[in-house]
Amino acid sequence: MRGITKRFPGVVANDDVGFEAAAGEVHALLGENGAGKSTLSNILTGLYRPDEGEIHVYGERVEFHAPRDALDAGISMVHQHFRLVDRFTVAENVALGDHRREGRAFRLRSRAIERRVAELGERYGLAVDPRAHIWQLSVGEQQRVEILKALYLDARILILDEPTAVLTPQEAEVLFGTLRELAADGRTIVFISHKLHEVKAVSNRVTVLRAGRNVATVDAAEATPRSLAELMVGRGLGEGVRAAPREAGEVVLALDDVWADGDRRGAAVKGVSLQVRAGEIVAVAGVAGNGQRELAEAIAGIRPATKGSIRVAGKTPRAGDPRAAIAAGIAYVPEDRLGTGLAPSISIASNFALKSYREPPASTGPLLRLRRMRDRALELIKRYHIAAPGPQVPVRLLSGGNLQKVVLAREFSGRPKMLVAGSPTRGLDVGAIESVHAYLHEAAANGVGILLLSEDLDEILTLADRIAVIYEGQIAGETARADANVEEIGLLMAGGQDPRRD
Amino acid sequence: MVAVPAASLVFAFFASGLVLLATGHDALSSYRRLFDAAFLNRGALGDTLVSATPLAFTGLAAAAAFRMRLFNIGGEGQLYIGAITAAAAGLYFGGSGGPSAFAIAAMVVAGCAGGAAWALIPGILRAFFRTNVIITSLMLNYVAGYLLTYLIFNSQSYWRQTIGFNASVFPTSKQLPNSAIWPAATVHVHGGVALPLGAGFAVLAAGLLWVLYSRTRFGFEANVLGDSARAARYAGMRTRRKILAVMAISGAIAGLGGASQDGDFRHTLDADPNGLQRQFYGYSGIVVAALARYNPLAVLLVAFLIGGLQNAGNTLQGADFPSGLVGVIQGIILFSALGGELLVRYRIRVRRRERAGSAPAAEVT
Repeated sequence: MRGITKRFPGVVANDDVGFEAAAGEVHALLGENGAGKSTLSNILTGLYRPDEGEIHVYGERVEFHAPRDALDAGISMVHQHFRLVDRFTVAENVALGDHRREGRAFRLRSRAIERRVAELGERYGLAVDPRAHIWQLSVGEQQRVEILKALYLDARILILDEPTAVLTPQEAEVLFGTLRELAADGRTIVFISHKLHEVKAVSNRVTVLRAGRNVATVDAAEATPRSLAELMVGRGLGEGVRAAPREAGEVVLALDDVWADGDRRGAAVKGVSLQVRAGEIVAVAGVAGNGQRELAEAIAGIRPATKGSIRVAGKTPRAGDPRAAIAAGIAYVPEDRLGTGLAPSISIASNFALKSYREPPASTGPLLRLRRMRDRALELIKRYHIAAPGPQVPVRLLSGGNLQKVVLAREFSGRPKMLVAGSPTRGLDVGAIESVHAYLHEAAANGVGILLLSEDLDEILTLADRIAVIYEGQIAGETARADANVEEIGLLMAGGQDPRRD
Repeated sequence: MVAVPAASLVFAFFASGLVLLATGHDALSSYRRLFDAAFLNRGALGDTLVSATPLAFTGLAAAAAFRMRLFNIGGEGQLYIGAITAAAAGLYFGGSGGPSAFAIAAMVVAGCAGGAAWALIPGILRAFFRTNVIITSLMLNYVAGYLLTYLIFNSQSYWRQTIGFNASVFPTSKQLPNSAIWPAATVHVHGGVALPLGAGFAVLAAGLLWVLYSRTRFGFEANVLGDSARAARYAGMRTRRKILAVMAISGAIAGLGGASQDGDFRHTLDADPNGLQRQFYGYSGIVVAALARYNPLAVLLVAFLIGGLQNAGNTLQGADFPSGLVGVIQGIILFSALGGELLVRYRIRVRRRERAGSAPAAEVT
């Protein structure tokens, strides 16, 4: 890719960007959110058309009018959010992606497809049962299906967007092995990430993007995580926020044998007991889908606990009543920022008032005080350094990091006793992650108890005072940070079994 | 955002012009006559108000519910039920010799209550059993329609006229007593334009709805719920209560439209057993609400324009005027309004397909 420029109304997402990747290479694209990685990969896969610049595939200048053209040129992408049909089998999903052969055929020759999928899986260590339905698979297995889809199309260039975001450390190791093998086979891997050690571990060369421009292309072997981070952020980094040890106060959240149902049949939270003290950050580590969301929702009153007790600062708010939980002093930062934490199409000012609109100063009696809501929004936008065109624009127009700041600003301004945060930095860039972490620290220092549900072990290790591991709705282990062992936590997250053993 | 509805109107007139030309009519003169008959001719404005008033009510009813993404298609049935309950109130209190204002107030209350109760059936089903409002409210329209027919045609009900020779030959409903007939204010321009009381109620309702949705906690909750039900639940809003309240408001407005039919225009529940049911006010109201983008104040304007179009269509129907024209224009307006929304959201890109074989196969280097 050479001299790629892509403009959107108001922003230049890619400004004269380019990189070269050789056959047999794992090439990493590194950059903060908003650096232009996604735009660049969307251009490479034919979703967007560049305003300027050229793409060459194996020496041939190509122009993509539609994603199909990119597929025809041998470029496939594994998206961060999988493009799989839950109710179809692995083989059916693979065939679905093939618009040239099986996907077009009237009759589905499932046997042949299954055989070929199994073959490919064996060859590259991507073991999945071709007849299994997608919903039966773990996240790691679903990702393998995505890769198989690409291989089935004979992709010579494979783009992976943040592929490790959903994996345990062990699963990620397995993935890296697969990627190296694919590269050894003469394919080109473009690996998009903002996790430095992974980039260093898996890639040959790294292209760093910042604010839509090329910063540098370096050899991974010569780079250090620190040098990469500085390239990416464009400045020296602080030593990470590590506040002075805090005095843990009285218990603000006490869970005793809490059970809660999942969205599908059966319990998702199975007898969790936990305590969080004022000023303490307790992390619940776990791979997504092990009951974290249901646990958080039970505490926030969104999902009724079917059994057990949830006590907040000595009181028991009515189960399954979010308003009672809010009144008891629970703040909740949901994983799903836009859609749960925020109403996408209403204004930033209204979203700030989402929980406080019932009382003064946001309203008097039944009437809203729109001017006060707007003034309040302006104040919070300023205090939390939220990049927003104004308080009246729909909140969905903000970037991920700014959305999260809106949620945090609102939750903290409710003067909570207890904050439950679900993957609060997921999908955010380094700068935004730093500020989210700083806000969490600040809140803890002010005596708020924090329950952090996360699958990012780095984050957990930098933030948490105590770490509990959740697996299939149960607490599989609990430890103070001082005694934490990454390997062991990783194992517990994976159910105490080594996923390499299969 | 008036660009899309306005462009739809222009496009609709253009497209219907083509239809007119194709069928051998002079498009421009047809439109001229249409416009005169709707707004300029002697008495035209008054007749347009007669058509526009029920559309304003059902349009407001639809807008009130649709804003919260509660697709209440039942304005039709709610209007029938409102007409039934209001007629009962008018017959009862109007005949009791009390003051006229009291009888009218009773009709208003009864119409609203009847429409609200009817709308609460799909509301309750939605809130507690998560059924689809579109289907339940639509089906109840037929129930309400049959009930109306039954009361006048197939039973000796309170509403049915049973005395007199005519009534024994052809079933009809009782005439409302004079004190239950709604007064109209006459504006002395252009030979006198009657402003029905119902039109005033519609303007009042539109103003109240606008305040409700943009200035109150209630409206705040409705807007959040319409945008994201999960966010509403997260914020501790009482979802069920809100569904019930909004359905009741929507139904009450449609029911008031029914009361206005009794008091303002028909002066009886329904003279011809199918008269009210032939107007499709409820369904047209949905079109009105959609064109007004669920903005209550815009509903009034759109109802007035569509009302004019319908009135003109009725007046001009005859051998020398294409009778289907109004229907065609209305259909094309809706079609292009919805199409316009799509065009705003998506971009159409014309792309030529390359000739096969012209591109050399990719070479591996």
